Amino acid sequence: MLAFTIRRLLQAIGVMLVVALISFTLFRYVGDPVNQMVGLDTSLEQREALREQLGLNDPVLVQFARFVTRAAQLDFGTSYQFRQPVVDLIGRRLPATLELSLVSALLALLCGIPMGVYTGLNRDSLLSKLFLTISLIGISLPTFFIGILLIFLFSVTLQWLPSFGRGEVVDFGWWSTGLLTISGLKALILPAITLGLFQMTLIMRLVRSEMLEVIRTDYIKFARARGLSQRSIHFRHALKNTLVPVITITGLQLGSIIAFAIITETVFQWPGMGLLFLQSVQNVDIPVMAAYLMLIAFLFVVINLIVDLLYFVVDPRLRVERASH
Amino acid sequence: MRIIGQLALAGAIASTTLTAASAETLKYAFQGTLNQLDPYTLNETFTLGSHGNVYEGLTRRAPDLTIEPALAERWEIIEPNRWRFYLRKGVKFHNGNDFNADDVVFSAGRVRSEGSDLTSRIDPDVKVEKIDDFTVDFVLPEPNPILHYSWDTWFIMDKEWTEANDAVKVTSASDTTPNYASLHANGTGPFTVVSHEAGVKTVYARYDDWWDTAIHNLDTVEFTPIASDATRIAALLSGDLDMVYPVPVQDIKRVESNEGTRALTGPELRTVFLGFDQRRDELLHSTVKGKNPFKDVRVRKAFYQALNLDAIRDKIMRGLSTPSALMISPFLFSRAGDFERLPYDPKAAKALLVEAGYPDGFGVSLDCPNDRYVNDEAICQTVAAFLARIGIQVDLNAQPKAQYFAKVLASGGYDTSFYLLGWTPASFDSSNVLADLHGCRNDKGTGGPFNLGGYCNPEVDALTARIFAENDPDTRDQLIVDAYRLTLDDVAYIPLHQQGLAWGVSNRVELQQRADNQFHFRWVVKK
Repeated sequence: MLAFTIRRLLQAIGVMLVVALISFTLFRYVGDPVNQMVGLDTSLEQREALREQLGLNDPVLVQFARFVTRAAQLDFGTSYQFRQPVVDLIGRRLPATLELSLVSALLALLCGIPMGVYTGLNRDSLLSKLFLTISLIGISLPTFFIGILLIFLFSVTLQWLPSFGRGEVVDFGWWSTGLLTISGLKALILPAITLGLFQMTLIMRLVRSEMLEVIRTDYIKFARARGLSQRSIHFRHALKNTLVPVITITGLQLGSIIAFAIITETVFQWPGMGLLFLQSVQNVDIPVMAAYLMLIAFLFVVINLIVDLLYFVVDPRLRVERASH
Repeated sequence: MRIIGQLALAGAIASTTLTAASAETLKYAFQGTLNQLDPYTLNETFTLGSHGNVYEGLTRRAPDLTIEPALAERWEIIEPNRWRFYLRKGVKFHNGNDFNADDVVFSAGRVRSEGSDLTSRIDPDVKVEKIDDFTVDFVLPEPNPILHYSWDTWFIMDKEWTEANDAVKVTSASDTTPNYASLHANGTGPFTVVSHEAGVKTVYARYDDWWDTAIHNLDTVEFTPIASDATRIAALLSGDLDMVYPVPVQDIKRVESNEGTRALTGPELRTVFLGFDQRRDELLHSTVKGKNPFKDVRVRKAFYQALNLDAIRDKIMRGLSTPSALMISPFLFSRAGDFERLPYDPKAAKALLVEAGYPDGFGVSLDCPNDRYVNDEAICQTVAAFLARIGIQVDLNAQPKAQYFAKVLASGGYDTSFYLLGWTPASFDSSNVLADLHGCRNDKGTGGPFNLGGYCNPEVDALTARIFAENDPDTRDQLIVDAYRLTLDDVAYIPLHQQGLAWGVSNRVELQQRADNQFHFRWVVKK
């Protein structure tokens, strides 16, 4: 298992380098950062001096090498738009994104799995049909549209929940949390639903189809024949065997929840990394974009690794096979 | 005396409880972010407008944009080349330091230093002399009647504070750490900065020792940038915010019809226009080879007369634009009324094209931003449709501003044949429009850096030079009129319109909307 982990880590470094190279190539087409950093009537000499200072006149390969060397030391430079170190900026935005993503993922799991089990077991009940209809909405409507619908329903019309922002936050050192204040919790509800809805429906449908599959297998029939209680059959025997694909999907989806929080964060003006990234794209803030993409790539790699390791825990067959080799 | 003291104390207690009970907080949002607090880092309207609540210049502008005394009580031109400013006494910075002539001399140096984006506020050759603690002279190399026109956004900083915090050098983009002044503020204005997290939230508080009588009744102001139009409007409609801007034109009705909110609209100072490449011998992006059709004034005039600005105003801008005859807002030039647009006349336009030798028209590509001005891309599409009627096939190239500006400005080698741009003169004066947009330029942009198409008329340049040095207002206005006449006869540009401002305001709030789109808290009254 150690060799496996080390091999995966080496692969991860390769992946990160490729991401860095691709994103760096793309940055050549996003526009001229200098235009976004100065007013329209700034003289050409001043613009040129700025380009020189930023090293934008160097060949791309030189810029890339400089970026990789510094990134290896966790130095991502200074944001063009905010003139602050990128690491600080992202660090301050990270808690907001992580809180939102984790709450969304939890929401998706805690609602998705029971709904999936229920619809799998009671295929023809009215409630199952309702769940399936809702899940259809979750799959087919784009995130920003769901977000705006929720805002107009719960903020503008009913005025129950705030339409944007994170509410009051409490600081613990460098971590700021909105989970400890009423306004913070209220502000979290709509974005978490918006972000988690797609994952929830995905998990629900996945669990449902796996359940339908498993319920038909011999060992379940055998368990029934042994006279085990329904509850024990459904949750101890059937559900457990549906979980391997669910873990894979959930793990990978957690990565995409964090990465695609961009849209939800924009709709709700949630002060996280996604919003920062979008502001950076608009302002051609290359250091922030580069650091963000690296971070997301890193998260995906780490999550993949954890998912692989979790298989060992959940699926005894893997352990047996490994042991026998 | 004791009784008075007690009364005062009781009053103080009463007033604290009163303010605690009715502590007025203004919450507002703008589409862009406030990136840093250093007043010299970015020459951009929203940034300067925000700083204007915290910092003050020697002058300031009233709601109708007239120049008022601020940190200078008055000023006079004692010799044609020497301006004397008498400073206001008893003004204190937020940290308690006194404001005096040293601060003005210091700020004049810093605003012109390396890394400042506002070096244009004072010419590098202007000498700033301290006469006494409250008198400062500006000695100019040549007369300049509009010396102080843009000084409402040249903010005076505290010399002692800036030096003590090692923030004399303006934070430039290559610095690895922001200096103290870009994260903190210490002005003389009506509000102090309580906290500032760039791109997330900025909180201001009332400054009790402000030298002027406060009209506003605010204790706290919270600013949040909200980039998404729908979210910004929803936050206003739901009552989470008291004021948002800009309101997209298609949402104005919604804000108006909602109970408890209203839309404040008015003309903005920026003029949106179309420009032509008149410099190259062959256009870069056109079907005409071997010559440049835009060198022919008849072609330019044909384009002009083919456009129906009333239709653009009614259909694209939903009534929220003012078709313009000049390249400057009528707000900024008292004799703008002397001018009228050429009439919309597609037949005449077609005839002009035939006369110029293009009976079948030609193709040309139009560069256009799609996130810079109100409905910019839609305007360009409409322009393309109108031009199609006289046989011009427009290939529309609409891009985000980051790519657009990189292509069409000097840094991109003026890579355009036909483009849409907007311009607000930084000095609020025609001289800037004539010099920057109409001055003859070379390939690098020297002469008229934002004259992207390279229009050139030496007579206009000569008049512009005289305008810069003429101190008599009437003579000067006449010179400006003469210069504009020449440029209009040349059809140097096609001025389109001044776009409208639209702010969404809660009915709980009274405020003043300024045509330069700056939002000042000092006029806000919350009920």
